[in-house]
Amino acid sequence: MMKKPGNQNRSILPLTLQDVSYEKNHSLLLGKVNLILESGPRTIILGPNGAGKSLLMRICHGILEPTAGTVDWSIPNAIRYQSMVFQRPMLLQRNVAANIDYVLRLRSMQKKERRLRTIEAMEMTGITYLKNTQAYSLSAGEQQRLALARAWATKPEAMFLDEPTANLDPTATHEVENIILDIHKSGTKIIMSTHDMAQAQRIATEVIFLHKGNILERAPVKMFFQNPVSLEAKQFLQGKLLWG
Amino acid sequence: MNEFSTAFIEALELLLNLDSDLLEIVALSLRVSLSALAISIIVAFPLGGFLGVFRFPGRGIIIIIFNALLGLPPVVVGLSVYLILSRSGPLGPLDLLFTPTAMIIAQFILVTPIVTALAIQTIEDLWVEYAEQLKSLGATKVDAILTLLWEGRYTLLTAVLAGFGRAVAEVGAVMIVGGNINHVTRTMTTAITLETSKGELALALGLGFILLFLSLSITALIHFSRNIMKQRLI
Ligand SMILES: Nc1ncnc2c1ncn2[C@@H]1O[C@H](COP(=O)(O)OP(=O)(O)OP(=O)(O)O)[C@@H](O)[C@H]1O
Ligand SMILES: [Mg+2]
Repeated sequence: MMKKPGNQNRSILPLTLQDVSYEKNHSLLLGKVNLILESGPRTIILGPNGAGKSLLMRICHGILEPTAGTVDWSIPNAIRYQSMVFQRPMLLQRNVAANIDYVLRLRSMQKKERRLRTIEAMEMTGITYLKNTQAYSLSAGEQQRLALARAWATKPEAMFLDEPTANLDPTATHEVENIILDIHKSGTKIIMSTHDMAQAQRIATEVIFLHKGNILERAPVKMFFQNPVSLEAKQFLQGKLLWG
Repeated sequence: MNEFSTAFIEALELLLNLDSDLLEIVALSLRVSLSALAISIIVAFPLGGFLGVFRFPGRGIIIIIFNALLGLPPVVVGLSVYLILSRSGPLGPLDLLFTPTAMIIAQFILVTPIVTALAIQTIEDLWVEYAEQLKSLGATKVDAILTLLWEGRYTLLTAVLAGFGRAVAEVGAVMIVGGNINHVTRTMTTAITLETSKGELALALGLGFILLFLSLSITALIHFSRNIMKQRLI
């Protein structure tokens, strides 16, 4: 068992999904999904547009209720010990440090502790020099680093990242990838989606392949990229090879 | 024509000399409208936050009612408050009719629907955008309401200014429940009405200038705060 960064005694992982599905207007957008996520490996979710990657992560994280099935973390109220980074960071209209402080306040932390955590999170993500800058005047890359700082400041046990570099240039992407690896090193489980296959290979330990709302494959990263089993995954990777 | 230019010059003199009657009327107007506005904010912001974030049966109807109340005719509000506060009315014993308090009550009823309707709209729009992120950060719905009221502060400021504009320029309600009593309940709008009907154009014009200045300032402030908002869109 890895060291738990949160302040509770038991780990929130593993996460168990049983027969989870999500239906809207009589069409089945996800499921049925059966899945166990353990602490440790960096899990990358791959799949074409509309496969259900974002839906699956939102359901796992607990910000969206599945229409059927159960999502069980190992302790109740587990959302406190997780975080999620979205493709478009939703920042608050205040400065960088205050954006991080906000989430720590929600955890009812004392002021002194909040200050230390804020400094730590800004250092982790390389935005200390921006601490008094208003969030709305940051560049896209800086905004995403702030979103990462805010997501990590609570020392979550698991972090979901939904295409966190989709809007970023190569340099900013590289910076964000390094931060994600650092966050993982600090003891946080990573579950992330991306359309960038090179990035998937740089970050992933294991791959979950989603297609039309179903998990078709789950394999260690090397195995998935060298030897995909399903026809859909083969075609998906071929397409990515051909068209980027 | 001659009469008009004389009145115009006299009005300017009243303004420049800070005529005490004129100042008293302006001060009372501001006191009444700002008090009504302050109380309406205390009601409208929490209510707007609540209706913007929570979903429950009947919510839609409540919102429709607030929107319908936007167009309340001031004289009807004045009449209703009059009936309630008059000797034989349910609140007659409080003896509030023809006092500034009566005018505050009437303007509060006129202004609250505006501020509330705009607050609901503001918070609802923000909630659509921020709901998942705030939930993810661990905010309860009450946390979310407080956060979104702060995030929407520039939009809410325009709601407050719109409410103030309606209150300070309104004549029908304050006339009925205030009675336009000299040195007691005479506001800018009731004074203008009275002085004009008496043919005393100087004071009416002077007050008219101030009212015009106030409403232009409000428009400018609304414009200004909209600009700030645009700059701040992420
Ligand atoms: N709130 C919603 N209401 C209706 N349909 C939705 C909703 N959210 C997602 N969908 C649908 O569910 C399907 C899966 O969406 P999802 O966003 O999870 O895909 P994705 O794999 O993340 O795609 P992308 O790679 O484009 O991000 C899509 O067909 C989408 O249109
Ligand atoms: Mg998606």
